[in-house]
Amino acid sequence: MTQSFEPAGKLRLRARGFGAASDRSFSALSLGAGCLVLAILALILITTLREAWPALTYSGLTFITSSKWVPLEVNGAGPVYGALAFAYGTAVVSLIALIFAVPVSIGIALFLTELAPKRLRSTVVTIIDLLASVPSVVFGLWGIIVIGPALVKIYNPVHDAVGGVPVIGKLFGEPVSSGRGFMTAGVIVAIMIIPIITSITREVYATVPESEKHAALALGATRWEMIRGAVFPHSFGGMVGAIMLGLGRAMGETIAVALTIGAATQLTPNLFASGNTLASVIALNFGDPGVPPGRSALIACGVLLFAITIVINYGARVVVRRAEIRMRGAAA
Amino acid sequence: MTSLAEPAAPREAVAPELGRRALSGRRRVTDLVATVLIWIAVVIAVIPIALVMYYVIVKGGRVISWEFLTARIPRQLANPGGGIGPAIVGTVLMTGVASLLSIPLGVLGAIYLNEYGKQGTLARTIRLMADVMTGVPSIVMGLFIYAAVVLSTEQSGLAGALALACLMLPVIIRSSEEMFKLVPDELRQASLALGARKWRTILTVVLPAAISGIASGALLAIARAAGETASIVLVVGLTQRVNWHLSGSNTALPVQIYRNATEPFQAATDRAWGAALTLVVIVMITTLIGRLIASRFATKERE
Repeated sequence: MTQSFEPAGKLRLRARGFGAASDRSFSALSLGAGCLVLAILALILITTLREAWPALTYSGLTFITSSKWVPLEVNGAGPVYGALAFAYGTAVVSLIALIFAVPVSIGIALFLTELAPKRLRSTVVTIIDLLASVPSVVFGLWGIIVIGPALVKIYNPVHDAVGGVPVIGKLFGEPVSSGRGFMTAGVIVAIMIIPIITSITREVYATVPESEKHAALALGATRWEMIRGAVFPHSFGGMVGAIMLGLGRAMGETIAVALTIGAATQLTPNLFASGNTLASVIALNFGDPGVPPGRSALIACGVLLFAITIVINYGARVVVRRAEIRMRGAAA
Repeated sequence: MTSLAEPAAPREAVAPELGRRALSGRRRVTDLVATVLIWIAVVIAVIPIALVMYYVIVKGGRVISWEFLTARIPRQLANPGGGIGPAIVGTVLMTGVASLLSIPLGVLGAIYLNEYGKQGTLARTIRLMADVMTGVPSIVMGLFIYAAVVLSTEQSGLAGALALACLMLPVIIRSSEEMFKLVPDELRQASLALGARKWRTILTVVLPAAISGIASGALLAIARAAGETASIVLVVGLTQRVNWHLSGSNTALPVQIYRNATEPFQAATDRAWGAALTLVVIVMITTLIGRLIASRFATKERE
C-alpha cells in the first residue's frame, strides 16, 4: 500500500507547451486592447499637434493673445489667426451653463436621495436619463428655431431694465434680434450638462452614511439643516468633481453651441451678443477655413480645447476618486 | 430600550413639544424654502425635455412619410421634397462598423483591467485615462481622425466609423469592467479548479455571466454614437445618394439635421425636424432595449 504514493512524480501542474502559450497570448491580447486607450490619447495629441504646427509657428504667441481672426489677405497683409475671442467665448458659455445647471442638478440630486417618494423617484430618474439621451444636434435645432427667438422676448425687457446700470448693465447689452448669442448657447448647454452633474452628485449623496443623517435628525435638525450639516460637508469633494466634469462637457459641446451662438469673433462683456467658442468655430469654419494656414489654425483651436478639457477631466476624476475613497473609509 | 420606555408614564405631563410648531419661525421658513426650491429644480429639468419632445414629435410628425424616409437628399436644401434615405443608411452603416470595432476591443480591454491588471499601476493608469478619454470633446476626436486618416486617404464612411469607435471605446471599457466585477469569484475558482485555462475560464465562464450587462452598456454607447454630430461633420464629407460602402463620401442623420438647421428656408427646417424625429426614435429604441436588458440582468442578480 505504501508504494501507491509513487505516481505523484508524473503529475505535471506547471504550465508548459501549447496550453501555456495560449494563456500568454490571450493575456497579451487583452493587455494590447487595454493599452489602446493610452495609444489613442497619445496619437490624438501627436497628430493634431503636427497638423496645428504650421499655424502655431505662423501666429506664435499671438494665437492666444490676439482676438483677431481674419482668414483672408487684406491689401497684401497676410491672414491673422488669434483664438483669444474663442477661448473667451468658451469660458463665458460654460460659466453661464454652470450657473444655471449646478443649482438645478444639486436640487434634483437632493430630491432623489432625500425627498422623493419612491414612485416619483424612478420617474424623475427616467426623465433625467431621457434628457441625457437626446442628441446634442436636436437641442441645437430646438435652440435655433424655438428657444433663441423666445428668449429674445426675455432679453429685451432685461436689457431695458438693467442696461443703464453701471458695470452690471454692460453684461446685459443690446440683444441680437435672432437671439443667437452667449446666453442662449449657455442655456442650451446648461440643459445638456444637467444629467451628468446630477448623476454624479446623486452617487456622492448616496454614500453619506445613514447614521449621520439620522443623528442630525435625532438632534432635532429640520430636513434642510440635516442636508446642510450632514450631507453637504460629507460630499463636498465629490460635488466639486461633478461640477468639473460638467464644466469639461460644457467646454467641449460643439454642435448645439455652433447653432445657437451666432458666429461672431468679438470680445464683449455683453452676454446677449453673438460670439463663438473654440469648439463651435471648428465646426462652423472647417469646410471653408480661409487662406493657409487657416485649417491648421482651426486644428490648433482643437489642440487648445483638448489640452484644457484633459486637464479639467483629469483633475475632476482625481477629485472624485479621492472623495470616494475617503467616503468609503468613513462609511466602513 | 424597553426598560427605558416603562417609567415614561409619570413624565407625560411635561413631555416636550417635538412637532414642527416647536421650531422657530426662521428655521421653519428656511426648511420650507429649501424644500420648495428642490421641487422647483425638478420642474425646471422636466420642462426642457417635455418641450423638446413636444416640438420634435409635432413638427417632425408632420414631415415623416415613407417617401421622406427613403428618398434621396435634394441638392438644393431650399427646395421642398426629397428625403433623408442616404442619411439613415449612413448612420446605420457607420454606427454598425464602429460597434464591430469598439465592442470587441473594449470588452478585451475590460478583461485586462478586471482579470489581469486589477489594481496594478498600469491598470490604474488605463482606468483613469479611459475616464479622461470619455471627456475628450467629440470635435477633437473628429480632428484627430481628420489628421490621422482623412489627410492620407479621403473623407469617407470608414473615417466616420473610426471616429465613432474612438468615442465608444472608453465608454464600453468602463461599463464592461463594472459588469465583470459583478461576476462572483467562486465561478472563476470553480472553472480553474476543473483545470480550465485562464483564457477558457474568461471566455466560457466569466464572459457569458456578464454578457447581458455588457450588451446593455454597449447599446447605450451605440445610442450615443448614433446621435454624434461634431466629429462626423469633419470626416465623412457629403453625399446626396445612398452609399453602402465604407469608402467615398457618406452622410448621417445628425449631419443632415445640422445642415438643414442652418438654412433659413421652411423646406430645410421641416426636413431638419423630420430627421430629428427619425434620429430620436432610433436613439430612444436603442436606449430602451439597453435598459430592458439591464433590468432583466438586475433582477437575475438579486435572485
